[in-house]
Parts: sequence; C-alpha cells; structure tokens
Amino acid sequence: MESIYLTIVLAPLVAAILAGIGGRAIGRVGAQSVTILGVATSFALSALVLKRMVFDGAPSFDGSVYTWLVSDGVTMQVGFLIDHLSALMMVVVTFVSLMVHIYTIGYMRDDPGYQRFFSYISLFTFSMLMLVMANNFMQLFFGWEAVGVVSYLLIGFWYTRPTANFASMKAFLVNRVGDFGFVLGIAAVLYYSGSLDYSTVFAHAQAIAAARLQITPTISWSAISFTCICLFIGAMGKSAQMPLHVWLPDSMEGPTPISALIHAATMVTAGIFMVARMSPLFELSNTALSTVLVIGATTAFFMGLLGVVANDIKRVIAYSTLSQLGYMTAALGASAYASAIFHLMTHAFFKALLFLAAGSVIIAMHHEQDMRKMGGLRKYLPITYWTFLIGSLALIGFPGTAGFFSKDALIDAVGRSHLPGAGYATVCLTAGAFVTALYTFRMFFMTFHGEERMDHHTREHLHESPWVVTLPLVLLAIPSAVVGWFTIRPLLFGGFFAGAIQVAPTHDVLGAMASEFHGPGAFLLGAIAGLPVWLAVAGVACAWLFFLKRPQLADAAERRFHGLYRILVAKYGFDWFNENVLAAGARRLGGGLWRFGDQDLIDGVMVDGSARTVGWFSSVLRTVQSGYLYHYAFAMILGLASLLMWLLWRT
Amino acid sequence: MFSGHLLSVLIWLPILGGFAVLAVGNDSPSTARWASLLVSIATFAASVPLYTEFDPHTAAMQFVERAAWIPSVNAHFALGIDGIAMPLILLTTFTTVLVVIAGWGSVHKRVAQYFGAFLILEGAMIGVFCALDALLFYVFWEVMLIPMFIIIGVWGGPRRVYATIKFFLYTFLGSLLMLVALIYLHLKSGSYDLGDFQRLPLSLTAQTMIFLAFFAAFAVKVPMWPVHTWLPDAHVEAPTGGSVILAAIMLKMGGYGFLRLSLPIAPDASRELSWLIIALSLIAVVYIGFVALAQKDMKKLIAYSSIAHMGFVTLGAFVGYKIFAHTGSQTGIGMALDGSMVQMISHGLISGALFLCVGVMYDRVHSRDIDAYGGVVNTMPIFASFMVLFALANAGLPGTSGFVGEFLVILASFKGNVWYAFFAAVTLILGAAYTLWLVKRVIFGPIANDKVAALKDVDGREFLVLGLLAVAVLLVGLWPAPLLDAMHASTQHLTQQLLVSKLVP
Repeated sequence: MESIYLTIVLAPLVAAILAGIGGRAIGRVGAQSVTILGVATSFALSALVLKRMVFDGAPSFDGSVYTWLVSDGVTMQVGFLIDHLSALMMVVVTFVSLMVHIYTIGYMRDDPGYQRFFSYISLFTFSMLMLVMANNFMQLFFGWEAVGVVSYLLIGFWYTRPTANFASMKAFLVNRVGDFGFVLGIAAVLYYSGSLDYSTVFAHAQAIAAARLQITPTISWSAISFTCICLFIGAMGKSAQMPLHVWLPDSMEGPTPISALIHAATMVTAGIFMVARMSPLFELSNTALSTVLVIGATTAFFMGLLGVVANDIKRVIAYSTLSQLGYMTAALGASAYASAIFHLMTHAFFKALLFLAAGSVIIAMHHEQDMRKMGGLRKYLPITYWTFLIGSLALIGFPGTAGFFSKDALIDAVGRSHLPGAGYATVCLTAGAFVTALYTFRMFFMTFHGEERMDHHTREHLHESPWVVTLPLVLLAIPSAVVGWFTIRPLLFGGFFAGAIQVAPTHDVLGAMASEFHGPGAFLLGAIAGLPVWLAVAGVACAWLFFLKRPQLADAAERRFHGLYRILVAKYGFDWFNENVLAAGARRLGGGLWRFGDQDLIDGVMVDGSARTVGWFSSVLRTVQSGYLYHYAFAMILGLASLLMWLLWRT
Repeated sequence: MFSGHLLSVLIWLPILGGFAVLAVGNDSPSTARWASLLVSIATFAASVPLYTEFDPHTAAMQFVERAAWIPSVNAHFALGIDGIAMPLILLTTFTTVLVVIAGWGSVHKRVAQYFGAFLILEGAMIGVFCALDALLFYVFWEVMLIPMFIIIGVWGGPRRVYATIKFFLYTFLGSLLMLVALIYLHLKSGSYDLGDFQRLPLSLTAQTMIFLAFFAAFAVKVPMWPVHTWLPDAHVEAPTGGSVILAAIMLKMGGYGFLRLSLPIAPDASRELSWLIIALSLIAVVYIGFVALAQKDMKKLIAYSSIAHMGFVTLGAFVGYKIFAHTGSQTGIGMALDGSMVQMISHGLISGALFLCVGVMYDRVHSRDIDAYGGVVNTMPIFASFMVLFALANAGLPGTSGFVGEFLVILASFKGNVWYAFFAAVTLILGAAYTLWLVKRVIFGPIANDKVAALKDVDGREFLVLGLLAVAVLLVGLWPAPLLDAMHASTQHLTQQLLVSKLVP
C-alpha cells in the first residue's frame, strides 16, 4: 500500500526534475508529456486510494517513509497519514493540477519558459501532496514552505517584469510573517507533547489544554490557545486572511494557470486544511476558535467588497478567492470543519474554472485584463461563456450548484455556533452572499455582455480558445455544477471525516443540522426560502441594473459615496501601510542601525577609538621616555607607591 | 598505510603540499594549480575515512594520536576527534577543494603563493579542530591567522590594508586573552591536555575569568555582536576564496571553541553568563538582520547575513542552561546543541556558496555593488538557478540545510523561554527579506546595463563547484539523519558536561 502513496508523491517530482533539468533535451512536447503523465498518474492513484477508502472501507494509513533526523530523543520522520481528509484533498489537488497542466499547453504556447513552467507546476503538485499527506508537523512545514517557494517562483515567472518580481517577493515575505507564527506554534507543540507526529500530539492534546505558558513572570497564557493561535497565524499567511491577505491580489502577476491552481484551488486552501487537520487541538480552545471565526468572517465580507471596485478581471476573482477563503475560515472557527472542507472542494472546482475561463478571455483579448475594455464577448467565446456562467452561479451559491450546497450549509452552520463572535460572523457571511453575487455578475456582465469596448484590432482577432483550453473548462464545469448533490450528505452529515476531524459535542453545529437534513432535494427546497439565496438573487439583479442596464447609475453611486469608494479603491490602506510604514520602516531602521550602531558607535568610538587611545597612550609613553633619570626615578617611586597602596587596600 | 596517524596526515599533507606549491613558484601557474588540486583532493580523500570509520556510539575521542612535543612544559602533540570535530574537518577539506577549483581561473597574480596559502591554511584549520592539547590548539589557532592575513592583504581589494589590520587586531587581541587563560589552566593542572582542563575543578571566579578570556577569542571569531565589525570589512576586501574560507570555516572556530573549551572547562561560569551569550545571539539575529537589509554591497550583505546566522550557533550552544533552569530536565539541551552544530555545517556550505556566486559575478563585472546588476537571469539562467537555490537555503527553506539548524534551535529555545524562540524566529522574516530582496535586485528584472547584457553563463568549472555545493545543501536538508547520528553521542556527552558543576568544594 505504501508504494502507491510514494508513487503519488514522486511521480510529479520526477516529472518536474525531468522537465526542469532536462527541459532543453526533451523539448516542449517532452516536457508537457512527462509532467502530464506524472500528474495523471498521481490523480489516478489518488482516486483509487479514495475509492478504496470510501467504498471498500480500507482503513486509514499512518506510516513513515524515512527518518529525517533523530535529535535528543525526538524522531522526525517523513511519513504519510492517509485518511478520508487527506485522500479527498489528494484527489482535489491532483485533479485540478491535471486540468491546469492540460490547459497550460494552450495558455503558455508561445512562452519561451514553457518547460520551466511545466516543471514548476509539477513541483508544486509534489509539494502540495507532501503537505496534505504529511503525518507530522515537520513534513507539514516542509510542504508548507515548498508550496510557498513554488508560488514565489511562479508569481515571478515573467521575471523581466518589475511588478511580478515585487509581487513574488511580497507574497513570500507576507507568508513568512505567517510562518513566523507557525514555527512558534510547532515549537509549542513539541514543548508540550514531546513529539511532532500528529498521532502523538493529538493524544497529548488534553495535557496541552491543561498547561499554562509563562509569558512574563506575572502573566501566563493558556498553552492551547497560544499554540492554536500561533498555528492559525501560519494559516492566515497561506490562506490570505486579514491582515496577511495583501499578497494574494498581487499574486495575479503570475500566469493565469497558476492563479487557478495555486492561488485559488489548492495552495491557499492549505491553511484551511491545516486547521481542519488540527481540529483535536483547536477544539480545546474557544479563544482560538473565536479568533478564527471573527478573522474569517471579516475577511469574507470586507475582501468581497473590494471585488466590486476592481476592474482587472483576475483581481476580481482574486478578491473573490479572499472572500471565499474567509467563508471557509469562519466555518473552521464555528467548528464546522467538514463544512469548510466541503466548501474548499467545491471552491477548488468552480474557482479554478473561473480563473481558467478568465484566462481563456485573456488569451482572446491578447493579454488585456481590464474589464472596461471588454464586453459582449459572449458571441465570440461560447464555450468560455457558458462555463464561466456555471462557475459564476456556483460562486454565488445559485440553488442546485455545488457552491450553493457548500456555502448555504456553511452559513447555516456558522449561524448555529454559540462562540463569541458568531453573531457578527453570521451577519458578515450572510451579507457577503449579496456582495459575492454583485461582484461576480458585475464581472460577468462587463466581460460577456453589453457593448464591445475593445479596440478594432482586438475585436477582429477574437475567437474561441483551442480545445486544450476549453476541455479543462468543461471538465471543471461538470463538478462545479453537480458535485454538491452527491457529496453534501456524506461529507457533512455522513461521518465521512470521522477519525480525521474531531468536534467537541458542545461545538457540534453540523451534528445539530444533521437531524434536520433530509437529502439534498429537501435541503434545496428549504434553502430557497432562506436569506442567502435571496440576497444572491438581489446581488445579481443589482449587478444587472448597475453595470449592464444603467451603467450611469454605477457612476452616480460612485460619486454619491465617494468616500467609501476611495477607501475601497485604496484597499483599506493595507498596502500603503505595509509599504510606507513596515517595509520602509524596516529599511530605515536597518540603515540607521548600520550607520549609528555599527559605523559610528562600534567602529567609530570603540574600535577606531581604541586605536586612537592606543595612539594617545603611546604618545604619552614617548614623552615619558624622556631620557632624564629623575623622570624614571619619579615614575618608579610612583609605581612602587601605587603597588604598595594596592596591596594595603587588598588586605 | 597511515592508520593510526590519519589526523597527522590530514594536517601535514596540505601544509607540506602548500610549501611544495610555493616551491613551484609563480613561473608555472599551471603546475601550481594542478599540484594544489591534487593536494586538496588527496586531503579530502584522506578525510573521508574519518566519517566512514567513525564510531558514532561513543563520545570518546577517536583517531587519537599522542606524542611528546615540548616535554619541559608537558605539552603534547595530541590529536583526536569526536562527533563535534569530525563534521567540521570534512567541511574544511571539502571546501578547500572547491576553493582551489574556484580559484583556478579567477586568480592570475602570484598563483603559486595563492594556492599555497590556502593549503597551509587548511592544515592549520584541521589542526585546530583536532588538537587535544591546549598549546597545540593555540599554535594552530594563531598560525591560521597568518595565511588568511596574507590572502586578504595580497589578493584583496583596495582597502585591504585597513581590513587586514582590523581583522588581525581583533582576532589577535582576543586570542591573547585566551592564551592567558590556557596558561592559567596549565599552571593549575600541570598539563596542557584539554581533557585535564575539562576535569579540573575551579572556583566560580576563576571560571568566570577563564570564560571571559575565551569569550574574547571566540566571540570575535564567530563573530558576535558587538565585536563583529571586522567581518564585513574583511569579506569585502578578501578575494573570493578568502571569503569562502573565512565564512565557511574560520567563523566556525568560534563556535567550535565555545563547544570544545568554554562549555566543558567553565560550565558554571557558562551557566552564570549564558544570559549574556543568549542576549548577544538574539541581538545578532534581529539587529544584524535589519542591518543586512540596508547593505548595498553584495559581500557585505552576505557577511551580515553570516553574523545573523551564526547567532543561532551561539544561541544553541548556551540556551541549554535556560532549558534546564526552566524545565528542570535536560531534554532539549541536546537538540539545541545539535542545532548549533548543524547550523555551523550548513552555514559553511551556504555562505561559501553565496560568496562563490558573488565571485562568479565579480569575475565578469568587477563590481560587488547590487546596483551594478539587475536581470542577471536573462543572460545567466543556470547561474541564476544556483543563486536562487542558495538564497532560498540562506532564508532557511525546508529541504535545504539552512532549515535544519535553525529549526532545531528554535524548537529547543522555546523550552528555555518563549521569547528566545520568538526573537530567533524573526530570522524567518528578516532572513527572507534581505536575501530575496538581494535576489530580486541582482537576478531578476530586465537587463540593467551593458555589462549584464554581455554576461556569459557559468563554465564547466564554475558549474562543478556550485553543483557540488548544491548537492551538499540539498543532501543535508533532505536527510540530515546521518550527520546528526554521527554527532549524537558527542552532543549528549556535552550535555552532561555542561550540567555537572565543577566548582571547588
């Protein structure tokens, strides 16, 4: 059994190495073939693993591959934990990755870095699999950082663009702020449980819950809250939760396929996955759960609003991703881990679809991403249009789509939580349904309907993308449309994650919902009457009115609420603050410490100063060496006197 | 053939080889190059059995040799290694081979003397790592300075005289105090044997004085804040090979000294003063991290980065006392020491690689200024891949050696005090910031100027050197277990040593 898992992980790695190092030798076709073969192998085997576990009842697997190191009695291993949670993640990751691989053939066709790109996305697949399949914190952190590095390399893929280089560095550094917390969390885990293996750590969860962490001699914090919040800071970086969200919109500088794969479907959900994986720890700290809940809900609502004013089609989807990640995070905070993972899965499908479809639009538009220069693309890009529509409907939670089941259940679950902040979260998430529909259909109408605002040259060359681009769209549109019907019952109410995810009885909102669940059809009928669906419909209507029917209304609103509009366009000022206060401050601090600390104080006063002192001393010595006997005699007497006095004083 | 005298061979082979290369003279640089390569490879080959025949189950000294040296003062030519010295010796022999290859095409002035100096330096450095006699240790310690002094002074940059004098004075003043301490210990114990020193009971006052004297020598070498300012100047002026050896090996002398002398000889004073070392280490990580951010010279930036990374070595060496004080258990001390050791090895590989990368660019453009570059990836894609790899390793990326030591030290420090881990972990942000910003400005972006446009990618020789280092960095990162297993018995033994009080009753 273990060799299957090894193959799943290693196939993309080997492919990445072949395409990366041997890229010139095997050529473009060779690189695309070998990487697609690698990831297809992973997908097929992952699907097999999932099938065996779900349908054949195969037990979960927890075993090590090799010992990374042993230090001071602590064994750190590279190993796999394959249960329903990781198996589901593996399928989602490899499926989206496979789609993106195929899509890339069309999207990157004319790019000189073709082989390099394939190598990177295969390397990413390997890293992400290492992350989700880990059975210990060390390997989790390895995968965590490895996906971060590939993300860094891919955002900066077009390395001659200064904006791309800036964005890639920004992404890495903001993630590192999260990792700073993550590492402290891991250190706390080791301190309190003596191990980094999940199974041992979870077995010690109660001990951590009982412990206090001494912050100062007089202040002590609950160890479990400290640990969980530190781990969650890591998740905030990777899953782009406020205030560590700032890197994700800029990451759109990367090629569109990786926006779909990394910055929508998989890597950014690593934080969600991680918290779900750590449920045995988070369940023990209401403080941490409340924090997660409030931060998630805030991100969900306020980042969604930014999507309404963005004009770059990829940025709208990026803000949408932030917002949806906020939904998932809020669900984690409400202990509805299964609901978060369910939404993670449906979101992976429909958001990857939206990004890839947007990429198809971008190819057709000759790499124009500004929606103000689009419009009326429906008749030129029929397949893209219909798949984009399916993705949009899923995103806004239109009844029946995959996103509807996951999001509606999610909002319901959060609404049932009794943790501090649950009321605020419910308001944010419910209102977010309106905002989601508004920005989604604003984008949809601006892109595909209305007047054609592109220049003449572009319009003449508009045509549907090749099949390698549209096939993945269709293959992603299918699960985006229907997967919710089949999966809501097992994932949310069927104990699918039993053993992988633990929920305390007092927190079990999904358990409460289960008693009212009578199949997806009844769920659908029940939800149609609910507020989120009506808000979504209202959002679509508003988008239609403001951005298609009467665009002047949008302009009027912009003038009327100018202050609000400015705040949104400035993205609440996070970027300004980070660049002008944090980054500039760090550079200025570094320069100041260098000049005043190193050069003036240490070198100027102490080093060169002592050199000068030696010089002064020797000049004194020179004058003392006068050659006059009485000077020497006087000095000798003086010295003898001091010596005697010193001896007297000592005794 | 040399069984029983392997360590002697490792010391004298490069030294005698170095003199032989000197004798070749500068008239036939090719002979000098080949001879040096031969000697360095032979030395490396001879050092391999240190690992393959090393017994990891004992903390006792291995490959021991002992001969009378200066009978009148009871000094011996005593050599031996344990799990702490062995990896450092391998690092030395490995790095020297790379330095010889790297200097192959980039040094044209006084070729024989250049290579000869490095070989002699290698012998002296190996001598430091395996000396078991304090006087012998001191002699190697000082002898080591001379070739490095010459390397910077002769093949260095425009301000080389200032740099060499600063380097020499700093390190020499420190080591004089160490000599005083060693003589004191000799007078007390009647021997120069380091083992006798370690067993010698001492009052806290005596230990404190000894500790401070050692501290003067080792803190300068590491270098620790605030006695670090010689390092950036020395690096900037040193030729590439000099920088590599300086960063990769000579800085390790300080860390090694703390582990081999300070902790076992003055354990009680180490405990009393561990707060000082920890504070200075954390200042190195945070303060120097910020200073590195402000550098405009690539070598200075890497030099400051070295200081910050070496902070983990000293933190790991001394945080054990706080772990014991805080938890009452010795669990975690070994991990801190392991981390400290791995960090030394890893920093040797990574900083050496980064200085070689700068050397590759400097050979072509003749500038170390970050502003003189930009978009190097366009013309040197293979080189850029290496540079990015080493930069990421420098930022502590898991899967590279740079992660292992820092991770272990942070994990262990948390047991001492959450704030130690907090400040140490700042390196995750600062280390990435200064390293990736360097990469962004030098490697990425559009081609900045004509000199960058005219760059040729690495040749086979440069590829070999960087490739070997890349393999080593990845190997230690992906599978550090063999390294840690070799050190395990020794770090556990050291844990015992530093916890047992040797105060005079």
